[in-house]
Order: sequence, then structure tokens, then C-alpha cells
Amino acid sequence: MAQEEAVANLLRGHLEALAQKGQRHDGRKPDEFRPVTVKTDLINTAEGSAMVTLGDTRVLCGVKMIMGTPYPDSPDRGSMATSAELAPLASVTFEAGPPREVAIELSRVVDRGIRESGMIDFSDLCVESGEKAWVVFIDLHVLDYSGNLFDCCTLAAAAALTNTTVPMVQHGIGEKDVPLKLHTLPVSCTFAKVGDTLLLDPALDEERVMNARFTVTQDKDSNLRAMQKGLNGAFTVEEIRQAVKTARKAQQQVRKHIEGL
Amino acid sequence: MAGHSDMQLIDEKGLRLDGRKPDELRPIRIEAGVLNRANGSAYVEWGGNKVYCGVFGPIECHPRHKQKQDRAIIQARYNMAPFSVHDRKRPGWDRRSTEISLIISNALEQVVMLEQFPRAAIRVDMQVVQAHAGTRCVALTAASVALADAGIPMRDIIPSCAAGKVNDTVVLDLNKEEDNFGQADLPIAIVPSTGEVVLMQLDGHLTSDEFDQALDMTVKACHEIHELQRNALLHRYGGES
Repeated sequence: MAQEEAVANLLRGHLEALAQKGQRHDGRKPDEFRPVTVKTDLINTAEGSAMVTLGDTRVLCGVKMIMGTPYPDSPDRGSMATSAELAPLASVTFEAGPPREVAIELSRVVDRGIRESGMIDFSDLCVESGEKAWVVFIDLHVLDYSGNLFDCCTLAAAAALTNTTVPMVQHGIGEKDVPLKLHTLPVSCTFAKVGDTLLLDPALDEERVMNARFTVTQDKDSNLRAMQKGLNGAFTVEEIRQAVKTARKAQQQVRKHIEGL
Repeated sequence: MAGHSDMQLIDEKGLRLDGRKPDELRPIRIEAGVLNRANGSAYVEWGGNKVYCGVFGPIECHPRHKQKQDRAIIQARYNMAPFSVHDRKRPGWDRRSTEISLIISNALEQVVMLEQFPRAAIRVDMQVVQAHAGTRCVALTAASVALADAGIPMRDIIPSCAAGKVNDTVVLDLNKEEDNFGQADLPIAIVPSTGEVVLMQLDGHLTSDEFDQALDMTVKACHEIHELQRNALLHRYGGES
């Protein structure tokens, strides 16, 4: 990115030294999320919407439902597509234009968490076998980038889906619109490797100095549904095990904000 | 215009579908300083429109060949979220948003004191998250407030709004139905202190009398919007109104 800010070695040294002592810049514990807020039903042109803040990171998610044709190999199933837009107003480092690798990786990891958790049963989306099925578009709009877009986007997508109403009347399918049927709530936990320490929910400065990133998405019964190791650093097997273990417990910190919406 | 029709958009009492008089603006709410990462920002709710604007700069100008040796350039970027309209919009840029970005840049370059920042760029990023006709005016109105919030020196703050024609009547600030089924749309932006016009477009059909009427209406409304912009900044920073 053209406007990439240079990382001061002083900052790296400082954060690595802190992490080694189990401390962080903003006073959090290594396995602690930043505060979460969730607001839903903000956009009346969307079938569902949510704005989620995770610390100073803020994401707006809109869900649109469109009538489409099922794929030939799955005539009784609808489909979904997730896209993430790193709006340039969210950070001086974001540039306008087609989605880059970063935005594509982000949207695919969020997509996998939702898809693989079984949050949406695609056979629920079939209207007429082989002819008509709903396509769910999940569009993520980053408004403030202050670290950990993965977890903030997964939360925003889950919250927006919870808020989604199927526009039956508009498409002449039913008498009234019904809420989109959901089967579980996926929650992702992302860790940054700073020095040799894993930090949950990295803030912006921690992301700037991390060597590697690890995301794990779990369903409501804490089963593992999606994972992604990111960046060019590496984890030991023991670190991965530890991260998965930490995530099992830590996910409750954010799950409570989207349960019962 | 998108489509002409005989659709009744003004009732026998002369009121519009949303109950407004012909020369009445939709409700407008302007807030300054709403984003964490931008140097300056604004959020405008205007009828059914919701627009965020973030300003970065002055920053290094990229690509280099766009630099001006004696002044800064404004890089305005107008973008619509896929969920901002009823039929999902494909994400990303198209010819419409490119044109709107250009005319907004051109309008802002008239008031920003560019000569103070040679070779720099000032980035003005506008995101429409909910659209209900007139988003270019809303975006430009937000952009001026965000620039002021970023502390960029300016000669004035630009307000913008549109007039149009529905059922042969000149009306201010078209809503979605009027935009779709009306006969003309005339977005305009002025510099309130000098009265100069810095943005103007027209599509549709206006007689010269109707044009004069529409112009008077929009200029008057721009001054009202300018007050709201000032108030948003005063609300954030305090001071005498």
C-alpha cells in the first residue's frame, strides 16, 4: 500500500517486551477482547444490517437477498456470497479500487465461518427445485480500521444475518415477510503473534508488529468450523493448540453480544 | 430522467407524497467528527440518505504524476455500498461514481486553500450506506464539514442541494419517487459567501422560467443547509453561532 506507515523498531521492541510479560499497550490481558457494541436494523434498503464496534474498529454490514437460480449440481439449495470493502475513509492506508488480496482473504475467512458453521441451511433457501432459490449477499463495509477486522467482520455479518428478513411479499412468494432461519451463531477469535506471544484481538499497533495471525471460528457448541493462518510468520504446534484452547473460552466474551438479538 | 410518467406526485393541496410543500427540504441531520481513523469526518442523514465522509491530509500525492508543483489536489471518491439501494449494487467503481467523484473534487478545489500545500493530496472519501435520491448533494455537503473538521483551511463551506420538476411543478430536494418519475433534476452547489456556483448539472426538461424558479429555490435552500453545516461544527467545537 502506497501510504503504508513505517513501523518504528521502538514500537516493535516495546510491544514485544510487554507481550513477553503478559501485558499489553491498552492494559488488556493476552486473552481479552476489546469492548464490543452491536447495533442492528440501521439500513432500510437492506434486508438486514448491523454496525459492530470492536474497540475503535467499526464495521457496517448489510445483507441483501436476491432471487436467483440454483446451481445445476445443487438444485435444492440457495447460495451466499460475502464481500468486504475496505472503504478508504477507514484508514489512510486503504486505497480506492477493486478489492485487493487483503480484502479478499478477509471476506473469504468470514464467509467460511458462516458457511461451515451451518448458520444458514442452504436448503431453507430453495423456493422451487432447480428453478428458484435465494442468494444471500453479505456485504461488509469497514468504517474505522483499528485492528482485527476478521473478528469484527464475522460479528457484524452474524449480527446482520440475525436481523435479516426474507422479502417474501416483494417477490410474490408469501403473504408476509419472515425472519431468515438461522441454526447457530459462529464467532471467530483472531490471535496475533507478537514476538513469541499470542495476543487475542490485536489492536492496530499490535497488528503492525505481528509476524503471524491465526483465526479460529467456532459454532455455539464450541466446535471448530473454520481456521486461517495468515502472514508469513509461523506458529509451533503447541502455540496452535494453545490458541484453540484459549478461543474456546474467550469466544464467550463476544458471543453474548450477538446472542438473543 | 429515469422515466416519465403520469404518476400523481403532488396532491390537490399542492403537497408531495411525503407531505412536503414544493419548497421544503427533507429533514437533515449533520454530525461532525464521527470516524476514528480519519483526520476529519462527517455523517449526514438527509431524508432516507445516510452518508459518511472521511478526510485524510494533506498527505503525499499518489500517483506522483498527479502532483501539482504549486498546490495540492483534492482526491474525492464517492462510493455506494452494495446494500445502499433496493437492487443490490455491484461493489466498486463504475462510470457514475467516477463522474460524481470528479465534480465533487472540482467543487471543493474552489474553496480549499490548495496553494498552502504544494505537491500534496487531500483525500475526501465518501461512502453512501443508504441512498434515497440526491446522494451527490448529501456527499458534497458532508465533505465540506469533514474538511473543516480535519482543519483544512478553506474560504467557505459548500452546501449543496437539488431542485427538480414533478407534475409540471418546480420542487426542492427530490425524493426517490420524484427522482424516478419526475421531469427534471437540477443539483447545485454554491459558495455561500460569494454566491458562486461550483457544481451544477441538469437532466430532464425545464423552461427558462422554471429554471429561474428552480435556481432561486436551490440557492435559498443552500443557505439553510449552510447554517446546519455551521451548527454541526459549532456543536463539535463550541463557540458563538
